Amino acid sequence: MSEPEKTAVLEMRDVSVGAMRDIGFIVLAGVNWLVTPGEFWAVAGQQHAGKSDFLMLSAGLMAPVQGDCKLFGTETRRFDETKLTERLRVGFVFEGGQLFNQLTLRENVALPLQYHRDLPPAEAAHEVAALLELLELTPLAEVTPANVSDNWLQRAALARALILKPEVLLLDNPLAGLGARHRQWWLRFLDQLWRGHAWCGGRPMTLIATTDDLRPWRNADRKFALLHDKKFFPLGAWNEVESTNDPVVKELLAAPAELIS
Amino acid sequence: MRENLAKAFALANTQLIRRVQLPKSYTDLVGRKLFLFLLTLQGLVAFALITLGVMLRKSRMARNVIRPRIRQEIARAGVALLPMFVFVALALGFLVIGQTVSTLAKFGATDYLGTTMVIVVVRELGPLLAAMLVLARVGTAHVIELGTARALGEVEALEALGIDPVHYLIVPRVIGMAVGVFSLTVYLIIGALVSGYLFAFLQDVPLTPGDYFKQIAGALSWLDFALLALKTVAFGFFIAIVTCYHGLARPLRLEDVSRVAVRAVSQGVIVCVLIDALFILLYLVA
Repeated sequence: MSEPEKTAVLEMRDVSVGAMRDIGFIVLAGVNWLVTPGEFWAVAGQQHAGKSDFLMLSAGLMAPVQGDCKLFGTETRRFDETKLTERLRVGFVFEGGQLFNQLTLRENVALPLQYHRDLPPAEAAHEVAALLELLELTPLAEVTPANVSDNWLQRAALARALILKPEVLLLDNPLAGLGARHRQWWLRFLDQLWRGHAWCGGRPMTLIATTDDLRPWRNADRKFALLHDKKFFPLGAWNEVESTNDPVVKELLAAPAELIS
Repeated sequence: MRENLAKAFALANTQLIRRVQLPKSYTDLVGRKLFLFLLTLQGLVAFALITLGVMLRKSRMARNVIRPRIRQEIARAGVALLPMFVFVALALGFLVIGQTVSTLAKFGATDYLGTTMVIVVVRELGPLLAAMLVLARVGTAHVIELGTARALGEVEALEALGIDPVHYLIVPRVIGMAVGVFSLTVYLIIGALVSGYLFAFLQDVPLTPGDYFKQIAGALSWLDFALLALKTVAFGFFIAIVTCYHGLARPLRLEDVSRVAVRAVSQGVIVCVLIDALFILLYLVA
């Protein structure tokens, strides 16, 4: 393995995470975490456990209130414009997509490419069309987000995050609110990205996804962690998740019917 | 990027002060209002400087994205308002001439008709009226658009894509509005001068078009052109800064947007009046 590949993708030491809307409010404290290249993490937590804030901090969009958070060896506190190259190695898919409402899906996907490479729309068109085709979004390319269902919005957000071919992809509760067919598509596609998709030149991608339901993520190759009670608990592989007696994990593993009963 | 916005807002974190209980005495109330005003002013100045910095530093960056957005904003703050401005220009010319011509005729001073038009329309009413109309039509739209974008997390999405929100959202609006207010003021003044003469002609004022425009040309100096350009650009720049600051600089919820829009428009009016007062001083000094 060459030297740069050895560098941890993400490293947190004694990190305290503040809420996005009120940085003074601590949602997680004492987080220690190491993500190495090629790993696939599913970080579970109940509603309001701080999953989104945790992921925003992991992407370098927020500085930790306390402790050190390093992305590709660079402190996220110093993640200013001079570190733009590092920032663009990370793709981020927001829960609900958070697409730009005044742009069509095609324009949404093209925006990062045009902005960072200073390309006119015609020059970016080929690459954008190929990605839209790959994600089955071509028929919706000229539609604005307000006129698209949540299933396709989320997929368009994935396209926007992938257009710059990032090395790491962070996904905030990507399966939330999706239909069964779309959920299957997502799990299959994320697995392809993790193993190395042709879109990214066959290079395996590091993936970190948050979730409030662990069941769809069941896979022996994935690593799991839990956010609960303002703490971060690395759970390990799937067999360790299944064997735990933690009631919160049990709840995150339970089917809705079991929860009601 | 995020730091830029955070800095501007941190300087004017008025929310904290608003949580404080209402003061018991009027002195406290006045003091608190003054303190809030100073904090807002500080935030606005910081935001203006940050925007200027980004505008200069990133003038060559992402031109294929930013230039079409600037054109869009110029169309919105300029071209799209042209029909309304033609109507206002006609009304303004009629209004000023209608009010002054009878008075001036009483003293046989119709020779000063052109001069009156220059003082009232070119130096004062034209630029201020144009700025107010653009603030009402486009400024409010800025606050609502940006406030909604902020509330829906679009600003965070821009940051996640490595796109500077100030560069992508603010710079085009600031340039568009500065160019828009300048151009519309020029059209408004020309329209008002023409309609003014038309009204004077209809009232049988013994004044030929040549004499009228000679009077106007005589009353105008190079300073009028220079200060008119500076004033209108300043109006456009600061209206955009005030409206964008309120829409973008702080985290908002959707229910906050309408309240923030009202505050931004009120502050926009105050800023325009202050700029106007500053330029009156400049006229007097010059």
